[in-house]
Amino acid sequence: MAEGKQVIVKVKRQASPKEAARWEEFALPWRPSMNVIICLRDIAENPVTRQGKQTNPVSYDSNCLEEVCGSCAMVINGKARMACSALVDQLEQPIRIEPLSKFPVIRDLTVDRQFMFDSLKRVKAWIPIDGTYNLGEGPRVAPEVQEKAYPLSRCITCGNCLEVCPQVNENNNFMGAAIFSQVRLFNMHPTGAMHAKERIQAVMGRGGIEDCANAQNCVKACPKEIPLTESLAEINRQAWKQALFGWLVG
Amino acid sequence: MRQPKIIVVGGGLAGLMATIRVAEAGVPVELFSIVPVKRSHSVCAQGGINAAKNQKGEGDTTQKHFDDTIYGGDFLADQPLVKRMCEAAPGIIDLLDRMGVMFNRTPEGLLDYRRFGGTLYHRTAFAGATTGQQLLYALDEQVRRHESEGRVTKREGWTFLSAVIDDAGIGRGICAMDLRSMEVKTFPADAVIFCTGGIGAIFGRSTNSVVCTGSAQSALFQQGVDYANGEFIQVHPTAIPGEDKLRLMSESARGEGGRVWVPRNPAEKRAAKSIPEAERFYFLEEWYPKYGNLVPRDIATRAIHRIVYQEKLGIGGQAAVYLDVTHIPRETLDRKLEGILEIYEKFLGVDPREEPMKVFPAMHYTMGGLWVNDQDQATNVPGIYAAGECEYQYHGANRLGANSLVSCIFGGGIAGPAAVKYARNVEKGADATDSGVFAREQKRQQEMNQALLSQQGSENPITIWKELGEIMTEHVTVTRINKGLENANAKINDLQARYRKMNLSDRTHWSNQTLNFARELGNMLVLARVITVGALCRNESRGAHYKPDFPERDDANWLKTTRAKWVNNDIQLTYEPVDISQIPPRPRRYDAAK
Repeated sequence: MAEGKQVIVKVKRQASPKEAARWEEFALPWRPSMNVIICLRDIAENPVTRQGKQTNPVSYDSNCLEEVCGSCAMVINGKARMACSALVDQLEQPIRIEPLSKFPVIRDLTVDRQFMFDSLKRVKAWIPIDGTYNLGEGPRVAPEVQEKAYPLSRCITCGNCLEVCPQVNENNNFMGAAIFSQVRLFNMHPTGAMHAKERIQAVMGRGGIEDCANAQNCVKACPKEIPLTESLAEINRQAWKQALFGWLVG
Repeated sequence: MRQPKIIVVGGGLAGLMATIRVAEAGVPVELFSIVPVKRSHSVCAQGGINAAKNQKGEGDTTQKHFDDTIYGGDFLADQPLVKRMCEAAPGIIDLLDRMGVMFNRTPEGLLDYRRFGGTLYHRTAFAGATTGQQLLYALDEQVRRHESEGRVTKREGWTFLSAVIDDAGIGRGICAMDLRSMEVKTFPADAVIFCTGGIGAIFGRSTNSVVCTGSAQSALFQQGVDYANGEFIQVHPTAIPGEDKLRLMSESARGEGGRVWVPRNPAEKRAAKSIPEAERFYFLEEWYPKYGNLVPRDIATRAIHRIVYQEKLGIGGQAAVYLDVTHIPRETLDRKLEGILEIYEKFLGVDPREEPMKVFPAMHYTMGGLWVNDQDQATNVPGIYAAGECEYQYHGANRLGANSLVSCIFGGGIAGPAAVKYARNVEKGADATDSGVFAREQKRQQEMNQALLSQQGSENPITIWKELGEIMTEHVTVTRINKGLENANAKINDLQARYRKMNLSDRTHWSNQTLNFARELGNMLVLARVITVGALCRNESRGAHYKPDFPERDDANWLKTTRAKWVNNDIQLTYEPVDISQIPPRPRRYDAAK
């Protein structure tokens, strides 16, 4: 490559779930305002390693490129974050890019986060409406409730909070902070609150709220700054209340 | 009675709404999406959703919403469905509210509404500045509920390749590819609803997401589904330039009082905040006193281009103008616009609450799309329906801000029941279709993949795509000159020749994103020509389509819908009249009240 500033990127490659991982290094021409997505596109346009070896483009997930779809979560310089908002000039080089480690790798940086969507099903993360036919307006909501709920509803299911959680591991099915925060959101809504018990029931047991060990890594890793530890505490409180109440009326 | 089966392709707002409606009718539905549906491009919609609820006591009505939409679209939209959409909009807001969307509230606990472009009323309900995300999540949650109750089967991580159309010209299902195993497979269905969104990638960089390639629409077009008004492309006035993406700065910034300006002195060196009021040129307010910063997008975009390219007043001589919200109280900004201000701050490292944002227009939306009728979203091929941005109804020659979300939900909402009705009444279902029809389509698609994987050459798909984007952005966006359009058409033809000399740098059979992108690129090139040729032929200026050589709207010759057909492997343009049965066309001008 000709002179001029370069960006050195190391990518953890894995051809398929069955194959072993390996690292490849790339030297890319620096431009202003580069992010990690632009680095991966540069590699796709010219898939040659720094050592001059021809290789394949890197497989990775991305979509909105403005941190609202949740697709491009990966581990960049050891930190779980979104690739689109990872600006090259703010990163130490060589930039090391790896797939999230708590989810099965499909290929290179793409992982399977179906576990999170399945968990949303398990906890019934929805408002059970009667139907989409016209039934008039929804319930009134106080502005202060909306202001509490709205930040929770901005969760992009990226999985970064699971990636940093010590309780999410092979021996444990802990659903992760994002899911409990959604339970809190739906239990806060006037209609959702009518079915709070079912959701709390779903967060008790294996992988549920009692598996939270209060490491508090999740809240620091959340790209949307969702108050995840507050959500965990609140759901824990609701679960205790329900367990106690259930026992009292036994 | 035979149980029909429906397929929905695309899981954005339109696709999810269609899915819910089919599931509610008790018909099994299979939902295909490239990405997990929760990651669809609808999440990028920011500012809000329109409905004339008259919640501010201004005397707003659905008829006024209808009139604003038709007028904003420069009278190119067929009027019957637009009218129905505007009438349905308040009910759609109620439904979303019942689904738990965390809309901003008034002190009384009612939904708050703000102003948007092309209207003088507070008609736009919003959830911060991430309204699309909030709406998509609400529908995603309802679909997940139907899924958990067994009515919906999701196939996420599959990409649509083609429709299965039998010898009688009836749609019988789809052929799709699993993006992990690269398996190509056909799926029978009695009716298919396409909700495959936008086409931003054809312009290289745009405000759209990566999956918005228009590939599905183009594939369908090449199978005989007509494509209408392709030349009408919306360029949004305010976006942050970037090499990978042009990130939208919502119209809601102006709806909440944001002002667009440039320094009056082109040689201005001072920081924005220290430039005195008298030395700032608020050109939209000056040129359009009635609507000011809230003129429709085509008008604002052309004004910014004029400031930068003719008046040479771009900030520091560059292609940028200020979008200023620094005079708005921080508390209001955080409550109503946080989502977009956060994007600006994250990607540029500058706090827009303190310093005016630097923005420039960016390709944003296609008003054109698959041709559908003006009743129930049916295309010209029986058994194939379309809803959302991928079809052409509702927005005419220019879409008003905050009308896209309502058109997606309305369109999806009527496509679902229409497809069910068709599927229940179709004489012979997909299950009775000759299996040879499916085998034939599967083989055709497998062969296309094989051809791409085995062809030799020196061209790279990303390079071809970047060049396509440059050509389209230069010639087929804001200002269109016939010579430039002819040039663009010829260049796209060249790119198509180079496409056949592509060398895929990945020939593997597992999660091969290069192959998938190459497939999409082939389709993008065809649709790019539909857009370009449509623009070339339309010798007038209407809405977003602006030709300085033909500066006026020409109703005598061009009050008609462009309807592109695929005939003998080439594009053939036909024209049909616009339904103007409700509101007679009148001149469109925003410098005075209409």
